[in-house]
Amino acid sequence: MITVKDLNKYFGDLHVLKNIHMDVARGEVVVVIGPSGSGKTTLLRTLNILETPEEGEITIGKQSMDFSKPLKKKQIVEFRKQTGMVFQNHNLFPHFTALENVMEGPVTVQKISKAKARERAKDILTKVGLGEKLDAYPHQLSGGQQQRVGIARALATGVEVILFDEPTSALDPELVGDVLDVMKELAEEGMTMVVVTHEMSFAEEVADRVIFMDQGKVVEEGTPEQIFQQTKEPRTQQFLNRIRK
Amino acid sequence: MKMYLSNIFTDPEMEKYIDIIVSSFLPLVKGAFYYTIPLTLITFAIGLVLAVITALMRLSNMKVLQWIARVYVSIIRGTPLLVQLFIIFFGLPSVGVTINPLYSAIIGFSLNMGAYNSEIIRAAILSIPKGQWEASHSIGMTNLQALRRVVLPQATRVSIPPLSNSFIGLIKDTSLASTITYTEMFRKAQEIAATNYHFLLVYTEAAVIYWIICIGLSFVQDRVENRLDQYVAK
Ligand SMILES: Nc1ncnc2c1ncn2[C@@H]1O[C@H](COP(=O)(O)OP(=O)(O)O)[C@@H](O)[C@H]1O
Ligand SMILES: [Mg+2]
Repeated sequence: MITVKDLNKYFGDLHVLKNIHMDVARGEVVVVIGPSGSGKTTLLRTLNILETPEEGEITIGKQSMDFSKPLKKKQIVEFRKQTGMVFQNHNLFPHFTALENVMEGPVTVQKISKAKARERAKDILTKVGLGEKLDAYPHQLSGGQQQRVGIARALATGVEVILFDEPTSALDPELVGDVLDVMKELAEEGMTMVVVTHEMSFAEEVADRVIFMDQGKVVEEGTPEQIFQQTKEPRTQQFLNRIRK
Repeated sequence: MKMYLSNIFTDPEMEKYIDIIVSSFLPLVKGAFYYTIPLTLITFAIGLVLAVITALMRLSNMKVLQWIARVYVSIIRGTPLLVQLFIIFFGLPSVGVTINPLYSAIIGFSLNMGAYNSEIIRAAILSIPKGQWEASHSIGMTNLQALRRVVLPQATRVSIPPLSNSFIGLIKDTSLASTITYTEMFRKAQEIAATNYHFLLVYTEAAVIYWIICIGLSFVQDRVENRLDQYVAK
């Protein structure tokens, strides 16, 4: 589903992603862990081309992006339509209700009729447990509810891949569970997911594969068991010790 | 002056002043409703379109567009409005371009509003968090779709207070159209005062009418802001 080859990304002199290789199969859930500043967010953002890497190639579905060549805007827009993104601080549209947030992609991007889009948005919001909050504006929702609207918005255009950037790290602890439950359900339904998170229990339970990043490199990858219980990399061990404290 | 003030309060004189106020009231209000307000509305609307276009040119990636917008704003902001009106109405005829007072006023005021308001709109667009653009892109929107559906609606809310200010400024500035012979409310006042010589009374009356219009506008502004505030956390 996703193939990343030789990906390099610089911010000025800062080499943020160093020769990243990554494969994600259809329906696979990949959790990316690593210390702060290791490039996890940047990697996720390049998959959605919110950041443009300087070198490398990303293939998602049938579309390929070769970053050594100049890219056309239209090509980027088409490429992005395959993935949904859930942001750390949700980035919901504050001037739209929950329902309108979820309808926006289908109506504006896919040109689906409002009536149809409304029905579908209702279904999705009900599925993430917000059937009662359709007409609430984002500021009227709790952090956990906002994040679930964010997930619903990302799902609404029928994408095959969803990218999550620390979806629960800005939430009060008691709200984390609801969001993780929604993500688990998606995983069980076969959604392809790349998740940056510090929720190790989620990773152990849901991930098919865990990738450990440090200083812009993929240091180690494997099943949750291989990474969490049998890691051979001192850096991974160090990071896990710090997280578990 | 002392005489004048004490006279106001003696009866037969008082009656005369009331007569003057009453008889000039209707022509002044007519001047406001037929000329001042329509001129304000038309030029504000045209100016707003110019302002959005100019703001987008400033924010575009194309250097040429950026510079055209910069030069336009710089010229308009760097020269007096009165001088601009004189150039359009009295100056252009000498190169064969004659524009009647109304159109001269519309052109002058619109160009002015376009330049000043473009800075307001540019700042409003820049005040919308980057995350809003990114969220729009992440659901597949083009730049134009993100601008139209997500950024501009939020920028509109941000820009209403400063735009209201510039609207109020415009209402008052339209009195400058009197200098290029356009008969809006203030030129009416000048004509009336020139026949009855009660400059203080008639000009004060005109001032009060400007004031009332501006109070009405502040009221409208509050209502619009309240309507748009429903989605903002208070
Ligand atoms: N827009 C940016 N401009 C400059 N440096 C950036 C930018 N975004 C991220 N960085 C830097 O890139 C590195 C990786 O950041 P990030 O991908 O956010 O890491 P993580 O998500 O793993 O914490 C950090 O050193 C960060 O400071
Ligand atoms: Mg991050």
